[in-house]
Amino acid sequence: MSVDKVSDAIASPDAPQPFAELGLKQDEYESIRKILGRRPTSSELAMYSVMWSEHCSYKSSKVHLRQFGTKVPKNNSMLVGIGENAGVVDIGDGWAVTFKVESHNHPSYVEPYQGAATGIGGIVRDIISMGARPVAVMDPLRFGDPENPDTRRVLTGIVSGIGGYGNCLGLPNIGGEIVFDSSYQGNPLVNALCVGTMKHEDIHLAKATGLGNAVILYGARTGGDGIGGVSVLASETFDADGPAKRPSVQVGDPFMEKLLIECTLEVLHAGLVEGIQDLGGAGISCATSELASNGEGGMHVWLDRVLLRDSTLSPEEILMSESQERMCAVVEPAKIDAFMAVCKKWDVEAVVIGDVNNSGRLTVEWHGEEIVNVPPRSVAHDGPVYERPYARPDWMDVRQASGPENLVRPSNAAEVRQTWLTMTGTPNLASKGWVTSQYDRYVMGNTVLAQPEDSGMIRVDEETGLGVAVSTDCNARFAALDPYLGAQLAFAESYRNVAVSGAVPLAVTNCLNFGSPEDPAVMWQFEQAVTGLADACLEMGTPVTGGNVSFYNQTGDVAIHPTPVIGVLGVIDHVDRRTPMAWNEDGELIYLLGTTRDELAGSEWAHAIHKHLGGMPPGLDLAAEKNLAEILVAGSRDGMLSAAHDVSDGGIAQTLAEMAMRSGIGARVSVQDGIDPFVWLWSESATRAVVVVNRNVEKHFVAMCEAGKFPITKIGVVDSGLISETGGSSQVLVIDNVYGETISLGIEELRSISEETLPRLFG
Amino acid sequence: MTPRVGVITFPGSLDDKDAARAVRLAGGESVALWHADADLHSVDAVVLPGGFSYGDYLRCGAIAKFAPVMEKLVDAAKGGLPILGICNGFQVLTESHLLPGALTRNDHLHFICRDQKLRIENNTSVWTSEFSIGDEILIPLKNGEGGYVADEKTLDQLEGDGLVIARYLDVNPNGSRRDIAGITNERGNVVGIMPHPEHAVEKLTGPTTDGLGFFTSILKSLVNDGKVSV
Repeated sequence: MSVDKVSDAIASPDAPQPFAELGLKQDEYESIRKILGRRPTSSELAMYSVMWSEHCSYKSSKVHLRQFGTKVPKNNSMLVGIGENAGVVDIGDGWAVTFKVESHNHPSYVEPYQGAATGIGGIVRDIISMGARPVAVMDPLRFGDPENPDTRRVLTGIVSGIGGYGNCLGLPNIGGEIVFDSSYQGNPLVNALCVGTMKHEDIHLAKATGLGNAVILYGARTGGDGIGGVSVLASETFDADGPAKRPSVQVGDPFMEKLLIECTLEVLHAGLVEGIQDLGGAGISCATSELASNGEGGMHVWLDRVLLRDSTLSPEEILMSESQERMCAVVEPAKIDAFMAVCKKWDVEAVVIGDVNNSGRLTVEWHGEEIVNVPPRSVAHDGPVYERPYARPDWMDVRQASGPENLVRPSNAAEVRQTWLTMTGTPNLASKGWVTSQYDRYVMGNTVLAQPEDSGMIRVDEETGLGVAVSTDCNARFAALDPYLGAQLAFAESYRNVAVSGAVPLAVTNCLNFGSPEDPAVMWQFEQAVTGLADACLEMGTPVTGGNVSFYNQTGDVAIHPTPVIGVLGVIDHVDRRTPMAWNEDGELIYLLGTTRDELAGSEWAHAIHKHLGGMPPGLDLAAEKNLAEILVAGSRDGMLSAAHDVSDGGIAQTLAEMAMRSGIGARVSVQDGIDPFVWLWSESATRAVVVVNRNVEKHFVAMCEAGKFPITKIGVVDSGLISETGGSSQVLVIDNVYGETISLGIEELRSISEETLPRLFG
Repeated sequence: MTPRVGVITFPGSLDDKDAARAVRLAGGESVALWHADADLHSVDAVVLPGGFSYGDYLRCGAIAKFAPVMEKLVDAAKGGLPILGICNGFQVLTESHLLPGALTRNDHLHFICRDQKLRIENNTSVWTSEFSIGDEILIPLKNGEGGYVADEKTLDQLEGDGLVIARYLDVNPNGSRRDIAGITNERGNVVGIMPHPEHAVEKLTGPTTDGLGFFTSILKSLVNDGKVSV
């Protein structure tokens, strides 16, 4: 087959081209012709199609995402901001941290194991390309109805993929989320977060600088997997009756990724690299055009030098392939031998595929023929930008007006006890241990906190004890009820989870999962969520350091709930000061921080018991949230808190149950006076935490809260000597003041209900 | 002179830094050994760490057996050099025939990471001398292929000769025959164990510090043998 050369494109200006099949719109194709002053070659068309895809170009989201760059809080900790592979934050002592979350939703539905596995691989390469050593991963996941047979296929495949890849790679998996909702039935969400650490001087950027420098492609060989992954797969709505899209999914090799990490960190630390870029979505097209666009502006590539797994691949396929475990480095000619020696040490194949020039063009040749000649910026950065129409849909009125007020509520002690037992075992609240026990949380030996704790915490410096905590959260039902407030509530919960563990919240990343941007209602949800998050970050002083947008999570006309997953990173001076979630000793006092209101719209209770979604989500006072975080951090720093746990999904009842199950020790708690016991137990009002303090610091702690004018209520005491009503259980959670009565819940009883759900559904 | 304990890194080793940290916390000096370097650099003992050497794409530990450093290690083992294989390291030891039996896919077919209770059954090996028989310890376990198997005769022999060093308690997490979590050779210098003592050496990051005993055992054994002094 003959290759379509630049000279062919000039000679045959009207040859028909398959731009629509590659995911390009008519007007986008016309713009490419205008930029080039001719029709593109088939290789150029391939490059533009992947780079101008929604996934790579952010063409629908860009106009809204700009808010993260304009509403920037005063915060001196940002070292590298949005636009690079991942943002970098200063955590003191010369240490920097980079973290980012990305989606791998579509591939994970089509091919769960490989989709989830390569999701980790991709985010890890983003982190190493900043010069950081990856130190932990987390996976926020969303699945459809747990009783639907396809959920079993998807969940077990995804969990095996995350474990199979992450465990072999040697990164502790320290947290994440698993949430079920039928809105994700045909569109599960697989987001992957990675945290990396480095010294300030080790930060690297994706730039092809230095005329005459070599462009080296190293890592795995290029194969035919994942062709069009970003364009055909990630940037289109699933068609219910369409053909399977499995060939567009990449296949991962975690062993190669592990070698790639060690090899990359060694060449970076040896000072052998001028610029570096990972190959993920859009493969060589992305890496070469971004490196050239960020650097001197010109690059020449000999595409036939690329090492292949399949010698029959065409140049278009090589340019578009998303084969995993590949990196691209820019290296001075004098350092090429040293670079190659490190690659050889790690058994990593490497080849010089190009060089940097000042032509202002990205040129690619294939066996002596020019097949690409484009301005790199037009491929990498100056793609189309859409001002998609957006409008609040009329059905929002109905949704917000039909609140949970009329749902049947438990109204006596026996019904409260029964509700408690039922709620403990709902798929969303039940123990996720069956899943997380398939992930290695110990490797590297620096995991201080991992699931089911509020945040994952990693020791960064073994000498000083400096550490970081990360949490990801999103109650998408809140976002479905009000996307602006829902995004803020997701952020607030994540912020709180970091503070509960004793870390100071510092920076934000996000993975914005939405339906089709071509639907004005979805676009409105997106605009609202981004604005809500940007406003909250500005007010709280925590900048957004980067993130990812995933559109087209929709099958036919049915979109997922808007799901802006928010990751917050915090820093803790000494990880010894961390606050765990479980109480420890008899006599410790249990306090509730915050105010509980009748706020059950979008709650797990409304969802699980009544399949109800309507009303307005809980209110949020960001100033109070900040105040609470300061109390929690001070309580940790001054050693006043022996335990703390955030109150969110499932309300105070769930918080107490989780603390008791984690601890194994009983407690006696009394429902606050002046509020309906059911509301007190299951409302999901924001800005609350349950904390445990020792008697000898009680006065001091209460005084601190009162000085800060933050509501604090003593609700109970840790007590291992309680007897269950039935006498059957050794450790019990006793709740007084439940409609004038006392109920008791055996901790073993709760635990067996909590731990039974996931194995029953998926084991 | 402080005892020097080598930790071998194969491509795909993951817990090598953890093993080195455990050696240091126990009071020894850790020495990094490289799979391609056929030299043990005069270390006093060696740890084969956990991980997925060569991706475990053939059988776990099967390719590591052919690494240049392993030829030296096998000879040294026969000469009495103390060697501890943890998880993937245990798999390498059985593949290299320094220990009998094999490690197979967990019976429930899932990777499992949990805090595992063990009972110490042997305190005559150089890696377990600081324990008492019957000690119950809690250390992390994390493996996909940790089911210990051997023929009945070998199992009888291991038990008869007191070569089982630890057994799983409460839960058998992977279908290991006779609840075996770790074994030693007759000389007591080579020990393989599936759970991870190196992940239980600090209160902050492990469920307990019970794993330290393996590392203090070897350091004391070396000192008592007069091989090194403190």
